Amino acid sequence: MRRYSAFAIAREALRHHKGWERAWRSPEPRPRYDAIIVGAGGHGLATAYFLGKNHGLKNVAIIEKGWLGGGNTGRNTTIIRSNYLQDPSAAIYEKARSLYETISQDLNYNVMFSPRGVIMLAQTHHEVRGYQRTAHANALQGVQTEWIGPERVKELCPIINLDGPRYPVLGGLWQARGGTARHDAVAWGYARACSAMGMDIIQQCEVTGVRSSNGQVMGVETTKGPIDCDKLGVVVAGHSGVLAEMAGFRLPIESVSLQALVSEPIKPCMDVVVMANTVHGYMSQSDKGEMVIGGGTDGYNNYTQRGSFHHVEETVRALIETFPMISRLKMLRQWGGIVDVTGDRSPIISKTPLGNCFINCGWGTGGFKAIPGSGWAMAELMAKGGSTLADAFSLDRFREGRFIDESVAAGVAH
Amino acid sequence: MSTRLDHGGRLIDRDRPVTFRFNGKKMPGFAGDTVASALLANDRVMVGRSFKYHRPRGIVAAGPEEPNALLNMGRGPRFEPNQRATTTELFDGLEAESQNHWPSLEYDVGAINQLASRLLPAGFYYKTFIHPRPAWKHVFEPVIRNSAGLGKAPKDGDADRYEHFYWFTDILIVGGGIAGLQAALTAATSGLRVTLIEQTAHWGGRAPVDGAEIDGEWADEWVQGAVQALETMPNVTLRTRLMGAGVYDHGYVLGYERVSDHSPADDQPRHRLWKIRARQVITATGAIERPLSFPGNDLPGVMLASAVRDYAVNFAVSPGQRTVVVTNNDDAYLTALALVDVGQTVPAIVDARPAGGGELAQEVANHGVEVHLGAAIAGVTGRSRVEGVKITAQTGTGTDPTEIACDCVAMSGGWSPVVHLWSHCGGKLTWNAPLAMFQPDPERPPTGADGQGFVTAAGVAAGVPIERAGEGLSNFQTLRSATEAAQSVCVRLGRSVGDAAMPAVREVETAPLAPVWIMPDGADIRLREKMWLDFQNDVKVSDVQLAAQEGFESVEHTKRYTTLGMATDQGKLSNINGLAVLSKALDAEIPQVGTTTFRPPYTPISMAAIAGEARGKTFQPLRRTPMHDWHAANGAHWEPVGHWRRPYCYLHGSETPEQAVAREVRNTRANLGLLDASTLGKIVVKGPDACRFVDMLYTNKMSTLKPGRCRYGLMCSENGFLSDDGVVARIDAQTFLCHTTSGGADRIHAWMEDWLQCEWWDWQVYTANLTEQYAQIAVVGPNARKVLEKLGGSLDVSREALPFMGWAAGRLAGFDARAYRISFSGELSYEISVPAATGAEFWDLLIEAGEEFGAMPYGTEALHVMRAEKGFIMIGDETDGTVIPQDLGLDWAISKKKDDYLGKRAQERSHMTDPERWKLVGLETMDGSVLPDGAYAVGAGTNANGQRNMVGRVTSTYHSPTLDKGIAMGLVLHGSDRMGEVLEFPGTDGKTTRARIVDPVFYDPAGEKQNA
Repeated sequence: MRRYSAFAIAREALRHHKGWERAWRSPEPRPRYDAIIVGAGGHGLATAYFLGKNHGLKNVAIIEKGWLGGGNTGRNTTIIRSNYLQDPSAAIYEKARSLYETISQDLNYNVMFSPRGVIMLAQTHHEVRGYQRTAHANALQGVQTEWIGPERVKELCPIINLDGPRYPVLGGLWQARGGTARHDAVAWGYARACSAMGMDIIQQCEVTGVRSSNGQVMGVETTKGPIDCDKLGVVVAGHSGVLAEMAGFRLPIESVSLQALVSEPIKPCMDVVVMANTVHGYMSQSDKGEMVIGGGTDGYNNYTQRGSFHHVEETVRALIETFPMISRLKMLRQWGGIVDVTGDRSPIISKTPLGNCFINCGWGTGGFKAIPGSGWAMAELMAKGGSTLADAFSLDRFREGRFIDESVAAGVAH
Repeated sequence: MSTRLDHGGRLIDRDRPVTFRFNGKKMPGFAGDTVASALLANDRVMVGRSFKYHRPRGIVAAGPEEPNALLNMGRGPRFEPNQRATTTELFDGLEAESQNHWPSLEYDVGAINQLASRLLPAGFYYKTFIHPRPAWKHVFEPVIRNSAGLGKAPKDGDADRYEHFYWFTDILIVGGGIAGLQAALTAATSGLRVTLIEQTAHWGGRAPVDGAEIDGEWADEWVQGAVQALETMPNVTLRTRLMGAGVYDHGYVLGYERVSDHSPADDQPRHRLWKIRARQVITATGAIERPLSFPGNDLPGVMLASAVRDYAVNFAVSPGQRTVVVTNNDDAYLTALALVDVGQTVPAIVDARPAGGGELAQEVANHGVEVHLGAAIAGVTGRSRVEGVKITAQTGTGTDPTEIACDCVAMSGGWSPVVHLWSHCGGKLTWNAPLAMFQPDPERPPTGADGQGFVTAAGVAAGVPIERAGEGLSNFQTLRSATEAAQSVCVRLGRSVGDAAMPAVREVETAPLAPVWIMPDGADIRLREKMWLDFQNDVKVSDVQLAAQEGFESVEHTKRYTTLGMATDQGKLSNINGLAVLSKALDAEIPQVGTTTFRPPYTPISMAAIAGEARGKTFQPLRRTPMHDWHAANGAHWEPVGHWRRPYCYLHGSETPEQAVAREVRNTRANLGLLDASTLGKIVVKGPDACRFVDMLYTNKMSTLKPGRCRYGLMCSENGFLSDDGVVARIDAQTFLCHTTSGGADRIHAWMEDWLQCEWWDWQVYTANLTEQYAQIAVVGPNARKVLEKLGGSLDVSREALPFMGWAAGRLAGFDARAYRISFSGELSYEISVPAATGAEFWDLLIEAGEEFGAMPYGTEALHVMRAEKGFIMIGDETDGTVIPQDLGLDWAISKKKDDYLGKRAQERSHMTDPERWKLVGLETMDGSVLPDGAYAVGAGTNANGQRNMVGRVTSTYHSPTLDKGIAMGLVLHGSDRMGEVLEFPGTDGKTTRARIVDPVFYDPAGEKQNA
């Protein structure tokens, strides 16, 4: 892998950029790998990356039905934070956030992680208490967060309206080291690094079956033929239920549409990320200048990657209330992704009833921020059979009632 | 020189001159102008700067596809950035300024990026700015952010009004060109409700501009006739300035009406968002012309051929004195003819096709215009606008060009049907190779719930059936397609159509288009670096080729890597050209590469219109109790509780809220407190199976409750977690009144209905949410009985007649009332419920009657404090969705006799019966201070992930005015077995508070007061 740098660009500029090599190879599958990851989204690619980097497992294929990074990795609102309440969540999201801090250097790929800070607004007394509780928990979990008053909120985000007639801003939970990153670049950076380690990323290849023998996974059937493997990692987000069915087990997962939208680009006016859970909306400004906006999930299950307009309407309403200046911006584009939601709104990183088949799913509406931590934990689980970051997220928790419910501190989970 | 012509102008009214300002300079225009046409009439060709390189940008198009002419418009609370000049109608006093430059449009410091453009190819930012790590956030990113963005951020709110409008129609036709009109005329004969909408202010679309002849007259005449005919039909609705913005599932279409953008002085809403339910949708949305990719095609003065024609015919504006036409198809010859018609010079036509054009080409040649066949443009001269073009052979590499002086270039690379609305909801496309365009595949339309298609494309938007591709995008083809589309849609809706008159059209013979994706064909990298695909985002042919070279093979990868098509025109001009370049670079066929996803809206729509009337006080419904106004008039300090607002406390004089709460608590405990408890959920459950039903809903055995009695009950989710609590009153054998928390009323009612409708549908139970039907007042304190007895009436509230946890109905001072002898404060307490209509009056009466007993109203915070003093749990404080009743010492409220209740099975899971679960206790700080809200108690050491071990947490914490010290409740590991132990609660401020574990009941543990 040739390293990227300003010098490399200058050198290439002299020859009109004819010398850049492919960011990742596009090979045909080999008959057998030590491990196969199904799903070349952020979580799948990060899993493969850490299998190679942390555990020396490099004979790995990542199989993707469409194009890499084309699912929720390429559709989310790019927010990164780790101000979670419950211990297991705080641990894995903080791991992810800390890995994001150095990811551009680790991958030699600028994913534009920008720790611009995240405020979660409190607009009811109940929310105030919830976030004060989170701040206390975070302090013990090693997550730097801070309860701030309305004046500080206004200072950090001057375009905010503190005195909405319905839900005045009473303060917020501030994570200065949260922020955003360029979502596509995360997938591309990991893909380039995996490819450089000799791993095969096989796009446009759909898994059509999971082969097993004596309760152990043997390989997968794909549209490019059968491929054998010792270990299988299923990391396919919205379609996890489909893959699980092929592997012969069921998941406590529902797939629903989550929508987002952007405005036309404007000059910088908002440095931080703001989430307003009482009114259901969140917003940040991308480096391009677009206001990036998201809200809640649709109330019905589907796989369409579209959504119903009334959710867009509710979200925009909420944010005009919070940021009156966006009233005179225009919605440029709305889109949807399919998120896989568990009963407690926390992910599953787990062994499965099928031997050597592992699953990583259920990230729901909050997966992007977790990508490096999720990959780290999943790789450790696959390589070693256990991971302190992953153990609490096992499938067993649903049978035992050991839920990790994050919706407790705020109206919405993520 | 771009000028206003002396004559003509189909859409302008020369009798109504108007004045506007651009970058502070006053300019004249006419009513009927767009901002773009008026700017061109004033020789303002360059109107902005591009996104990345800050290159000069001119007006390219005349419609919604315009990528460059985006302006800041208006002032103060009517300021708006990124207004598209080509779709904004001019009005007197309009103020506009160009964007994305500093200090001025002509002299822009950011233009220095051009010099470095070789260093800034597609995706350069992924490859650099990596070291040193802090530099990205503190140096590189701020610079990039400031140079990106387009318009200025608005600073104020919005002074305008917006509204939503709901509309139902059988057939919605989007697009008021000749196809839309013909489809409407045809569909209307069926008698079905037909709605025809057009995004501009004018009917007719392109045909009148193109000089088409329909039924022997100029298309404009035919259009007027068609509109007049449609206007007389009662089943037809016509609307202009109404854009079809998006198509969603189930025939839901979003319309965006710009009601008064063109006349802001009128007292009208600015935009109206139409929410249209249509059984069938016809998209007659026309087509958009494609640019050609030749070196220098981004210079101001290079425009779409159709746009040059639009400006000349519609607005009597000639964008140039000498206009070179460059094309790969016959259509652009119409532009040459239109220019010659208005007396302008066309020094050359550059036709990439070796064989040239058909009948139109002949006509042009007859005017003496020089036509270069098999030719290409190899360069455009000029710094900030066109001064000439270099002509070369299309098949060559661009060497030895001939230069022709000109000040405008009119380009046409063919046409792309507008397939956005077809595609939004899943309609698929097919590649029409002869015409080099994607068009709707009628075999794969978007489908509704019945599996049938609900969108039909018509006219140019439908493309041309492959077998008829030789006929090209003709007017005849357009009208035939529209007629057929309307007929098939009516048949699908079960109606026949009358004889739809198919107008006669004069056709011209055309020569086939030749796909040309770059010009000249053999251009080397130096030229390809000057061929723009996306004018706004500065994406060039070389960028797309670089993306392919680096393995970004999916069209989605290329889009995201290069930002092709991600500008505010969403690739209307650039996508197909970029796709063709990509497919060639990958050596694949265009249809194999595919398109990116078409997403709503078709063009950007205002956030304000999306929000509609819901802003400020009407942002959400405000629920008001019957006594709301009294509270407001008597110092209520409000707290939002769901959609309600409840008094947190009542401020007297200069009191702080804390002081007010303390006063309210003390007064209630000493004398008499009145609480507006009307928001409390009140759900009646009635029917032969009501007993069975409440026994399943509650953990308690409610069926044993006797009429006239009340019982505190708990409800759990299926996962066993405590979700709501409240007092249930048995009204009669088959009727229960279930009180819920204020915030839980709607949720619990839905929960009940969920079970009744989905699971226990055969149970005979009826539920009704009566929350708003009753006003409820808690009369609390030692004097509670006295004040009620003073009121008099048939309702006997004596200790004997109405003991604790009983209820009775009767009359109180002439009011129909129920009295529930329940207490959430530990005091002697009655909750009196009266019909909502009499609530305010009854409240006034109580206040008055209570005066001699020291009555004072109290708010939600005093309520909370008193319940905490008494050790009562609060849903949302002691519970958070992870707490089971057993954690809270509420085992006594869980029936052991029942086989089942909701949550029972879940509560038997291993983690739920784990002795390590945290249990409810009281907490008292060692120094009497108040424990911080939400604080955690720490144990020794850390867990496997390095986090401090936690052994408990504060769930409620208050200063108790009654005990004059801090009191708290909390959940603590082995809590109930650790009475007297001291825990440490680290604060977020670094200080640690120590607190002792005590019994959670701080006040009147024997319950003597409430039983009094």
